[in-house]
Amino acid sequence: MTQAFRIENEGLINRDKKLSFKFNGKTYFGYEGDTLASALLANGVHLVGRSFKYHRPRGFFGAGVDEPYAVVQLYRNGETEPNIKATEQELFEGLEAKSVNCWPSVNFDIGAINNFLKIFLPAGFYYKTFMWPKSFWYRIYEPFIRKAAGLGVASTKHDNERYEHKYEYCDLLIAGSGPSGLAGAYAAAKNGAKVILAEDKPRFGGSLLTSDVNIGNQSGKDWADSIVAELKTMPNVIVKNRSQIFGYYDHNMLVMSEKVSDHLPSTKKYHPNKRLWYIRAKEVLISSGSIERPIVFGNNDTPGVMLSSAAKEYLKVYGVLVGRKPLVFTNNDSGYETAIEFKKHGVDPIVLDSRKNPESEIIDEAKNLGINIKNSYVVVAAQGYKKVKSADIASISEDKKQLGKIENIQCDCICVSGFWTPTIHLASQSGNKTKFKEEIDAFVPGQSKQNEITLGAANGVFSLEETLKTSFTAGSKLSKKITENDNEIAIPNVVEKKSSQHDKFWCVPLPNGKNYKRFLDFQNDVAVSDVEIALREGYRSIEHVKRYTTLGMATDQGKTSNLNGLQLVSEIENKVVPAVGHTTFRPPYTPISIGAIVGREVGKHSKPTRKSPMHSWHEKNNAVFVDAGVWLRPRYYKRGNENLFEGSKREAKNVRTNVGVCDVTTLGKIDIKGPDAAELLNRVYTNAWLKLPVGKARYGVMLREDGIVMDDGTTTRISENHYHMTTTTAQAANVLSHLEYYLQLVWPELNVNVVSTTEQWAGAAIAGPKSRDLLQKLFPNSDVSNEGLPFMGYMEGDLFGVKARIYRISFSGELAYEVNVESDYGNFMWEKIIELGEEFNIQPYGTEALSTLRIEMGHVAGSELDGRTIPFDNALEGLVSKKKDFIGKRSLQRSAFIAEDRQRIVGVIPLDKQTSIPEGSHLVKDDKAPLPNPKLGHISASCWSVEYDNPFSLAILKDGKNMIGQKLFAMSPLKNKVIPVEIVSSHYVDPKGERVRS
Amino acid sequence: MLYINCPHCGMRSQNEFSYGGDASVKRPELNKEVSDQEWDNFVYNRKSLRGKHLELWQHISGCRQWIKVERDTATHEIFRTFKADEEVA
Repeated sequence: MTQAFRIENEGLINRDKKLSFKFNGKTYFGYEGDTLASALLANGVHLVGRSFKYHRPRGFFGAGVDEPYAVVQLYRNGETEPNIKATEQELFEGLEAKSVNCWPSVNFDIGAINNFLKIFLPAGFYYKTFMWPKSFWYRIYEPFIRKAAGLGVASTKHDNERYEHKYEYCDLLIAGSGPSGLAGAYAAAKNGAKVILAEDKPRFGGSLLTSDVNIGNQSGKDWADSIVAELKTMPNVIVKNRSQIFGYYDHNMLVMSEKVSDHLPSTKKYHPNKRLWYIRAKEVLISSGSIERPIVFGNNDTPGVMLSSAAKEYLKVYGVLVGRKPLVFTNNDSGYETAIEFKKHGVDPIVLDSRKNPESEIIDEAKNLGINIKNSYVVVAAQGYKKVKSADIASISEDKKQLGKIENIQCDCICVSGFWTPTIHLASQSGNKTKFKEEIDAFVPGQSKQNEITLGAANGVFSLEETLKTSFTAGSKLSKKITENDNEIAIPNVVEKKSSQHDKFWCVPLPNGKNYKRFLDFQNDVAVSDVEIALREGYRSIEHVKRYTTLGMATDQGKTSNLNGLQLVSEIENKVVPAVGHTTFRPPYTPISIGAIVGREVGKHSKPTRKSPMHSWHEKNNAVFVDAGVWLRPRYYKRGNENLFEGSKREAKNVRTNVGVCDVTTLGKIDIKGPDAAELLNRVYTNAWLKLPVGKARYGVMLREDGIVMDDGTTTRISENHYHMTTTTAQAANVLSHLEYYLQLVWPELNVNVVSTTEQWAGAAIAGPKSRDLLQKLFPNSDVSNEGLPFMGYMEGDLFGVKARIYRISFSGELAYEVNVESDYGNFMWEKIIELGEEFNIQPYGTEALSTLRIEMGHVAGSELDGRTIPFDNALEGLVSKKKDFIGKRSLQRSAFIAEDRQRIVGVIPLDKQTSIPEGSHLVKDDKAPLPNPKLGHISASCWSVEYDNPFSLAILKDGKNMIGQKLFAMSPLKNKVIPVEIVSSHYVDPKGERVRS
Repeated sequence: MLYINCPHCGMRSQNEFSYGGDASVKRPELNKEVSDQEWDNFVYNRKSLRGKHLELWQHISGCRQWIKVERDTATHEIFRTFKADEEVA
């Protein structure tokens, strides 16, 4: 294929590097520096997709972020990405892209039948049609809408690309590298301020790349290049291209998406695909420029109709002619600039100007070049289906209401200019109350809300001279405030052509007897008639009109459609535009990959992984791990072909008969010191703490102020003013915050310090009837007899030269100890326990056996202390002091908490003693009762009792105290199970607690 | 993301903090007879006002101190911050 529309000696592309690419399966060539759009246009391809609703043919309308149509599905390096604007995607060797929203192909699209049914598909069509019959929604309407909705398909594969987040702080953040951005950045950088300059396009310079101006005796582009080159050498400046600042958030936090690799065939090793920058700026200079707005006329969505500025950009930046018989339709001088560029490259344009008799330097130049200009003329309708073939044009009366005789002229593209709309999205997101500027028929930023200032075209200033002057001044002033430097910068002299006033004309009336679709919003297929319907049906607020018609929605966010939509509403409503107001601009300004937002926090990186010091031993010994909060804990140690059930049963049984060892490092540990430590514990826990002797541990329960159990654990008095508190693994962080809250805010008079020591101690629970024998071997010099170290006793010991803390506490219900050593000695301790335990048939046990042991003992854990239970519910009311006050005590008097039939923990056994009861099952009286079957309680934890060799569960049951002996049903609709059960005591094994004291 | 001036550490981003609710709530003294209404007001009832609000934050990934922040709940503007024991005038 030849690039038939590429011209010589123009553009900024690299003609030495030819690139091949595929579009809809066909191979084309372009050059390095092209976008997919410019390369397709160079090959004469104008048809890129089908429209959202009517499946009308779609071409290119813009040349950058403003593009509403040319959205493609991109294939790169084995991955696919939807929602890519062809006008933004840089060409690389081997690029592949396909059209979206068409089937079977863009040339022959079955959905295009909607175009002929459009009379039935007006605004609100979905809302009105799919309402009845109700039963049709799930089966018919929703699948149909799902299939019809959206542009492109998301990949279902894992995304192998890497995305990074970065935090940055700066004095001045500058959004956009056009003339105002460059001037502001340069002035601030010269004053020594820390500056970040962000440009969303690959090339810096903005409008200077395409406009015919001179700055300081250089062309605009050369001036921009020299400024950027100098900024890049300055250590206090970060200059970023391909970087879109898409959101302005609270407290001057802006977020920028940097496309690091999208322009390359594949991402370089160790490089991210995109980098998301969170930038906290002291001052923000918004120089985001403006977007040309269309004039509305019949069939204005036909491929070949595009913004005149886009046509100029394709010519000046890419050396591409968008047509050889261009028609320029304008209401201001910008159209003439495009016409002049065409003429300079040997193409004869025709200019239709809606104005009667405009005069300016630019128009004079066009006239001198011999360009055919028709004043008071408009395009009535574009003709041609997949490409513009001709245009119906007519003269228009001064009041813009009457069309003259319609003539048809040949053309292959229509370049439209309806004047300029400042890009105020960022300013508006910052909270700036925008104001309507009558002279330019558009909104501009008003009073700054945060530390932001908007300059240049984004502020409605279209003269280069004024833009540079105000931007240099702003850059100097803002940076001076921060750095206190005041380096005067001479403002270069500017040569630009003066332009004349634009015409307040935006929509061509329909000729008699014609019913052309006149589109306002090209992305969402919203035509003038749709907005008219919405207003006729009573929608008044612009926000409602937007939602009813979809005007200005989706990825486009009304970049080209917003103001014309407002003009229409204000015209019909007989209001002025500012009274109609505009819809809210919300971030992101342009679509951002979900991957970039998520960053590195995917898969196992979504949260930290904490491992105990004994982790590598567990790994070597076939541990199967389970996530316990952010910790990895052994669930069981697999032997041979054992499964979880068999392995955990073996481990639990060994604890009941011999001795087992469990890694309990993950338990939360808090060191508490100070003369008022006992008083703090006494207020935090429900039971009494003032009389706990040194060398003794006590079990405690703490509540929230609302009376709900927050956590439980043991606390040991190490010395007079020193306590060691343990918490559950899950609540460790919350308990520390809780203690800090009371110490810092409620009872600052208490002289106590708390600090987390979870990671400082490695812990091993040694449990089973032979645990004392093993302990004696581990600590030959200590008296660990029942008298020397009684139940709930504490002592320090010497573990072969390592200082250890020994607690006689038990979670398993067996005779048990917990040994703690400093973390670095954790592995040493563990290996010693295994080594010396061998003669007692020691086996390590994991969390599954740990659960089994505690469940059959009726010890509560997280599944019972689930944020919904009070001490009574867990049979812990014996630990609630009647004498003293404590956190949450007053709440326990609430009537629901003292009700006679209050829920309470019970044991549950299946009648067949075979069927395990799924956790979460509901307990009901009658399994045949009609739904919703009244729920009496739920199964909180289930195990296979190793003591009795049958299933056993714990449940929280209404009136549990009086339900012992009752027969109920455990129902699990999820597992489709109904199990007849008997309610028993929650203390299934050793109800008197003799073993722990033996 | 808010930018909060921790009175101990200086300006830090919101993701270092956790929110702690209305700072004007006073816990009834221990061992004091408290009516149901008074206790409900302490545990549950909050004004949830729009506008200037004195609230608690904990600098959880920093100095771990609880601080008081005077913030506008509608605009997110932060006026002043205080240490836990500082009186708010």
